[in-house]
Amino acid sequence: MSAPLLQVDDLRVHFRVDDGLLKAVDGVSYELGQGETLGIVGESGSGKTVSSLAVIGLLERPPAEIPSGRIIFGDEDLLTYSENRMSDVRGRRISMIFQEPMTSLNPVMAIGLQISEVVRRHLGMSKRQARERTLELLNLVGIPEPSKRIDEYPHQLSGGMRQRVMIALALACEPMILIADEPTTALDVTIQAQILELMASLQEKLGTSILLITHDLAVIAETAHRVAVMYAGRIVEKAPVKEIFQNPRHPYTQGLLRSIPRIDREREKRLTEIPGFVPSLADLPSGCAFVDRCPQAIDRCRRDTPMIEAIGEGHQVSCWRAEDG
Amino acid sequence: MLQFIVRRLIHAVPLMIGVSVIGFGLMHLAPGGPLGVYTLNPTVSVQDIERIKAIYGLDQPIYVQYYRWASGMFVGDWGNTFFGGRPVLTVVLERVPATMLLAGSSLAIAIVLGMFVGILGAVRRYSVFDYLATTGAVFALSFPTFWFGLMAIYIFAIELRWLPSGGMFELGEEGNILDLLVHLILPTAVLALVIVATWSRYARSSFLEVINQDYIRTARSKGLRGGTVLFRHAFPNAVTPLIALLGVQLPFLFSGALVAETIFGWPGMGRLFVDSLTMKEYPVLMGLMMFTAGFVIIGNLLADVAVAMVDPRVRLE
Repeated sequence: MSAPLLQVDDLRVHFRVDDGLLKAVDGVSYELGQGETLGIVGESGSGKTVSSLAVIGLLERPPAEIPSGRIIFGDEDLLTYSENRMSDVRGRRISMIFQEPMTSLNPVMAIGLQISEVVRRHLGMSKRQARERTLELLNLVGIPEPSKRIDEYPHQLSGGMRQRVMIALALACEPMILIADEPTTALDVTIQAQILELMASLQEKLGTSILLITHDLAVIAETAHRVAVMYAGRIVEKAPVKEIFQNPRHPYTQGLLRSIPRIDREREKRLTEIPGFVPSLADLPSGCAFVDRCPQAIDRCRRDTPMIEAIGEGHQVSCWRAEDG
Repeated sequence: MLQFIVRRLIHAVPLMIGVSVIGFGLMHLAPGGPLGVYTLNPTVSVQDIERIKAIYGLDQPIYVQYYRWASGMFVGDWGNTFFGGRPVLTVVLERVPATMLLAGSSLAIAIVLGMFVGILGAVRRYSVFDYLATTGAVFALSFPTFWFGLMAIYIFAIELRWLPSGGMFELGEEGNILDLLVHLILPTAVLALVIVATWSRYARSSFLEVINQDYIRTARSKGLRGGTVLFRHAFPNAVTPLIALLGVQLPFLFSGALVAETIFGWPGMGRLFVDSLTMKEYPVLMGLMMFTAGFVIIGNLLADVAVAMVDPRVRLE
């Protein structure tokens, strides 16, 4: 891969709370190529949302702290940007859509205004131009009767329609990166597929790179090119999507894959769950964070924290036993 | 919308009747009466008192008295005062401008100031300003209005001699706007203080709730600047519950005005009420009560209409 569009390098995000220091993101590195979709998978609290909020500069600091790391975008480190400069990037170069289409749109503002606001802010369009562009965008994301819908309010639209509006809003300035944080989680399964298809087709049309955050491996399988698996604030495995599904090397990834039902397996067989619970971020075990739940743990796992290391073409794992197969 | 307003006005009728019945009853439950002052006067005989009572119909059972008063109101006759025999409506209306001026300017100042303090407190939560504002509000709410009024008079009128201690005009200056403004400062400040305290708390919590909403994060993710996010996105959402609250708060405004008017000798409805109460001027008391009740009902109606105009989710039905 040539120079990546976005490179996140050893990113750490801490939260100072009453119980001590929460290391929500603890040394995460990944890169996102032009037109690529990188899936970030993990359970709630694994740091996937926090790390992406850091990328778009939406973390409230305080309470969040970023003690180290770089977010390289266009030869510059976004973490050194002032809030003012960052606001020029948000919505223009990097956009984000969120999990809850129900609450992510301003309830007292017509959807058209919410979209045209972005292009007026970043592209300096006049009111009329912005309205034209908004109609175009509503059409692009497949909202029927855009000229009627443009003046409607969020509560008049269904969840799927609202998420389409969110996508229109995020893509209004044709940003280079779209961060999609659980974009389909709150939607019906049929609508989920439509939204994913829409995102894929728009990606093809606009060449946008997508950072897709989800806990849903099915979504990953359908849309991502590469996958990063996060656990307790770290990336434990990174690989092309095919490789992750065919040759998962980290015990956590393996566990995740075993816990999804598959149509080509015997029905009677019970799904395997990963034993135990995600450890509290305030109280992580020493060594590998997964050690207490890992079926393959050895003594060393308790002593030393494994580094992420390459084990194949674009395949990296952070596990002492990765080499053992 | 029009249908809603008409329906609400129709609903107001039984409400007003209820207010009048309770008000009338409570008033007559209080001991004494308009003629109480004469009972200890040796030159007024018992027969005289009975005779005067009969003239004013005060010898009738209470429901007859209520019926007479109510049927008069029904055709627009508010009755006449016992002392002086002037039409009640005139007496009340004379006092309306003074109260509206005092209550209106206090409310306007209090809302602007309260919103400012509340918004700043919400945006800079747990800052020094926020703590000071919170402490100040608790302080202002913990002391009765009359105490602030007396302190204000003591400090600014008696000790510093900067401002007049009461009244609306100096003698011979009636109609002088500048003189009016000078007289307005203290009562307005005292009345506004309590409303600012309440209002800043409401504004703070309303804004705090709104600025943590998902759509505010969306607005920020669009690259909008802080001021735009706050005023275009947070403000309309945060202000809607406050408008509704304003309607509910109107009675408190009137009771506050009553205290402020009494302390500062402000010739408004509140003082008229207190004066009429000591003299048991039943027709004036009832007139004031009905006027205030009507005002509060209309104020609430307007608040609901305003909420519906700001928030498209609210349908007036």
